[in-house]
Amino acid sequence: MGPLYKMGFFGEQTSFVFAFLIGISFGFWLERAGFASGLKLALQFYFRDMSVLKVMFTAIVVCMLGLSYFNWMGWIDCNKVYINPTYLWPQLAGGLVMGVGFVIGGYCPGTCLVATATGKIDGMAYTVGALAGMFTFAEVFDWLEGFWRSGSMGTVLIPQQFGIPRAYVVVAVVIMALLLFWGAERLERRFAK
Amino acid sequence: MTPSEPTQRSFMQRGKGGYVNPYVVGVGLGLTLLLAFYVVGRGLGASGAMFRAVAWTADEVAAEHVDHNAYLSQYAGGDKKPLHDWLIYEVLGMMVGGLLSAAQAGRLRFTIEKGPHITDRKRLLLAFLGGGLMGFGARLARGCTSGQGLTGGATLALGSWGFMLMVFVGAYAVAYFVRKQWI
Repeated sequence: MGPLYKMGFFGEQTSFVFAFLIGISFGFWLERAGFASGLKLALQFYFRDMSVLKVMFTAIVVCMLGLSYFNWMGWIDCNKVYINPTYLWPQLAGGLVMGVGFVIGGYCPGTCLVATATGKIDGMAYTVGALAGMFTFAEVFDWLEGFWRSGSMGTVLIPQQFGIPRAYVVVAVVIMALLLFWGAERLERRFAK
Repeated sequence: MTPSEPTQRSFMQRGKGGYVNPYVVGVGLGLTLLLAFYVVGRGLGASGAMFRAVAWTADEVAAEHVDHNAYLSQYAGGDKKPLHDWLIYEVLGMMVGGLLSAAQAGRLRFTIEKGPHITDRKRLLLAFLGGGLMGFGARLARGCTSGQGLTGGATLALGSWGFMLMVFVGAYAVAYFVRKQWI
């Protein structure tokens, strides 16, 4: 039963080997999609190339369904799976800042590393900028700490928060994704030259 | 340095530039994420590893400063080994995987990604600034589009979905003002 590491199937060193291998798959797929290209990524926000939306939501839906299936088959103990804790205000604010940074910089932290690894000089500039931005955060942390800790709701999931059974939320997410994809195809046809 | 080839091609040619169908990539990424959950009980990430590198460097260069910084000291200083972390190895793998894919596709070259109406220099400056904002935002949000968006998204974490929504809002809201860089 999974998660294998948390069930004691192997130790930390081995988990680092898996990290590296899983990372290879992650980076490989990002580059396959063309996400080492800041230009391609940024065009999402001009409706000319909706790949970011398509990739992200397909990945989320596939994994979400996979987790549901594994859970149903008894292959994974979902209580041992890491859930991002919710700190609502800093997540919303951080997301907004990241969105602005995304369209200005052309990358996100994951893609900037893949871009750097494949020779994109703007990706390298972005990476240096990101490291500097992170350091800046640490340096002004004392002023931000209160806000950074605010809105703490623990590991709350959407079904819990809105009192909707998980199965319904899963279905709703799939339907939403399909609608987004349909919309994306139409926007691309309209705006791509 | 040769000018970036992609900017000399039209968008349509670029779109067909040998990239894999995004839905297919989404399946590949989703399965990778699922594998991470099944094997290690956690999802993917990126910004955390970058910050750990910052924390480690800061500790090497100015250990006392790290000890007195409430944020840096969560990651470095004392007995802590910031680079001894799953994410560090995952991110190293990411760079190798990206490199392998690009090498196989003949996309390995030094280039600057940008639209046709901006200079290299301005692009690099904006890349740095955008990166700076993103780095700051990622630490504020406790993750980035991988750690919060993909990972938190797949597990239906409330704050992560809120984060993801705001990323799209922020980007679309500002896109018009930086359009010269891309289109």
